[in-house]
Amino acid sequence: MAEPDYAIEVEGLTKRFDDKVVVDHFGLRVRRGQIYGFLGPNGSGKTTTIRMLCGLLTPDEGRGTCLGFDIRRESARIKREVGYMTQRFSLYEDLSIAENLEFVARIYGIARRRERVDAALERLGLARRRRQLAGTLSGGWKQRLALAACLLHEPRLLLLDEPTAGVDPGARREFWAHLHELAHEGMTVLVSTHYMDEAERCHALAYIAYGKLLASGSAEEVVAGAHLATWAIEGEVAALATAAAALKGAPGADMVVPFGSRLHVSGTDAGALAASVTRVAAAAGLRAAPIEPGLEDVFIHLMRRTPEPVTVAHQAGG
Amino acid sequence: MFSWSRFAAILVKEFVQVRRDRLTFAMMIGVPVMQLVLFGYAINMDPKGLPMAVVSADASPFTRSLVRGLEASGYFRVVAQPATQAEAEALVAEGDVQFVLHLPADFSRRLARGERPVALLEADATDPAATGNAIAAVQAVNQSGLDRDLSGPLASLRQGPPAFELRVHRRYNPEGITAYNIVPGLMGVVLTMTMVMMTSIAMTRERERGTMENLLATPVRPFEVMAGKIVPYILIGYVQVVVILVAAKLLFRVPMVGSLALLSAILVLFIAANLAVGFTFSTLARNQMQAMQMTFFFFLPSMLLSGFMFPFRGMPGWAQAVGEVLPLTHFLRIVRGILLKGNSWDAVALEVGALAAFLVAAGTVALARYRETLD
Repeated sequence: MAEPDYAIEVEGLTKRFDDKVVVDHFGLRVRRGQIYGFLGPNGSGKTTTIRMLCGLLTPDEGRGTCLGFDIRRESARIKREVGYMTQRFSLYEDLSIAENLEFVARIYGIARRRERVDAALERLGLARRRRQLAGTLSGGWKQRLALAACLLHEPRLLLLDEPTAGVDPGARREFWAHLHELAHEGMTVLVSTHYMDEAERCHALAYIAYGKLLASGSAEEVVAGAHLATWAIEGEVAALATAAAALKGAPGADMVVPFGSRLHVSGTDAGALAASVTRVAAAAGLRAAPIEPGLEDVFIHLMRRTPEPVTVAHQAGG
Repeated sequence: MFSWSRFAAILVKEFVQVRRDRLTFAMMIGVPVMQLVLFGYAINMDPKGLPMAVVSADASPFTRSLVRGLEASGYFRVVAQPATQAEAEALVAEGDVQFVLHLPADFSRRLARGERPVALLEADATDPAATGNAIAAVQAVNQSGLDRDLSGPLASLRQGPPAFELRVHRRYNPEGITAYNIVPGLMGVVLTMTMVMMTSIAMTRERERGTMENLLATPVRPFEVMAGKIVPYILIGYVQVVVILVAAKLLFRVPMVGSLALLSAILVLFIAANLAVGFTFSTLARNQMQAMQMTFFFFLPSMLLSGFMFPFRGMPGWAQAVGEVLPLTHFLRIVRGILLKGNSWDAVALEVGALAAFLVAAGTVALARYRETLD
């Protein structure tokens, strides 16, 4: 069959648990070969969306395809072509690394099993640890193993749910280098994350809060689309605290966020913001300058702008 | 130093957790209630109205009176009057009757002549507890059973030794050795407990450890999961069976009259039936603790209502009805039948059918309960 341009193409996806709308008419298009970042606060519906994409959950509304297969009717096909890495380590802790991979290889009915498992172990630098029990691995190694396991059947799409949570920066960097190699070879990757540096490494992003898609596009497009002006204020720490207090509620200053020895003040009304910031900075003897808003500024702004729906009070997971 | 506030912190937390785990809470109330009902109402160590077949070649007032006398004791209830010995044999083998009374053709004639004829009462003594009291009651019938019929010229027979002899023949277990009954039964009990327990935690363990999500994301089908999880335990079950059979033979000298091959074949069915129950529990329970509790809830009636510990026929109708549903009940009849009575396929076919029906039902529920999604 002809390869569709989009590896993921869904619209109107809605999922309710009891009365809580966890994902609310969510639409997403992920081009083939892209690394697509999926961002949003805890409990915003990222995991639920990913689970609907790979057939673990049935959407209440909406339609769409994954690799050209209908997510409602062809979840069996999708499962064969998709590698899904769960948020929590979900391989068997009482099996060794090699035994876990062999298990996965058998489940997918992979030909030349031993060879492929050995190759996977080699590629991930796990060969010497093959007999070690998975449960005794550190977070970073568990993550490598989990990735190896979901790559074993050579999927065309990877769904990674916060794969780097709790992993040290060095291991994260390696992990992302690996993802880019895979994407270069034609793999599509949808990866949810809370890390801004990771978000910036994606080809495209989607930001979701309270189950709704708030922004999508490349990092630049998302930043530009927010129409946000940001000022940085620098100077003495005590004076910064005073300035932060003074700026709360000042005209135009929608958001005041301390970044170490700087304050980021953002707002959508650029004129009012400039007036407020220069006034307060001058009064406190601080330096103020307009800067490009970062992704984080934009995401926090997007989240604050969206009121929390009353029905989505405390849903776990996300 | 003992701190009341730290103590209270633990105490309050425990109460909150107990209250949150509804099933455990229900179990704590449910188990005593169940035990009260089972021990209080269902169990009867002195079963009465035991089914008896009468093979009579002599229909006369004497024989009728003798049968009435047995029935009057409360322990016997005539349910069949087979014409031939072979038919009577089949009834005993299949466990339809507990006793067969044989009255020879010349019983009345010889009685009238004062020759003290012999009536033979065959008892299925596989379970000595079930037949003990009934056999004891026979002696009283022996003494007084025919007194009213011995009138006129026969009145003289009332004196002296009884006018006839009611000879009791304990079949299958003539010495009334309890171990002969218990040890084969134990095979079923051990299998019920371990098989249900092992599988009931099989799926809950996947869920608790988070491996379920990974499993569901793969193309594996529910039946593949179920079969793959069940087969290893079938093998473990067989190991247990061998251990028990060897012990039965060497330590307890339990007779093994029937075909062990037939028993082995039926064992697959029985083990699979229990595993299907365990698998169902495993789809219902949210954690391993709950799975264990459900296992216990299944095991308790299995022990008490199957005829393993207490005579099945001593129980009231409702308890027998519950017992008939349990696979252990049928397996006990099969294993005792094969080992002690030497039953062949024909004699156990009905019980095997019951096991098969249970397996199909439990397996269907288990598969229906298995969720391919996390919905």
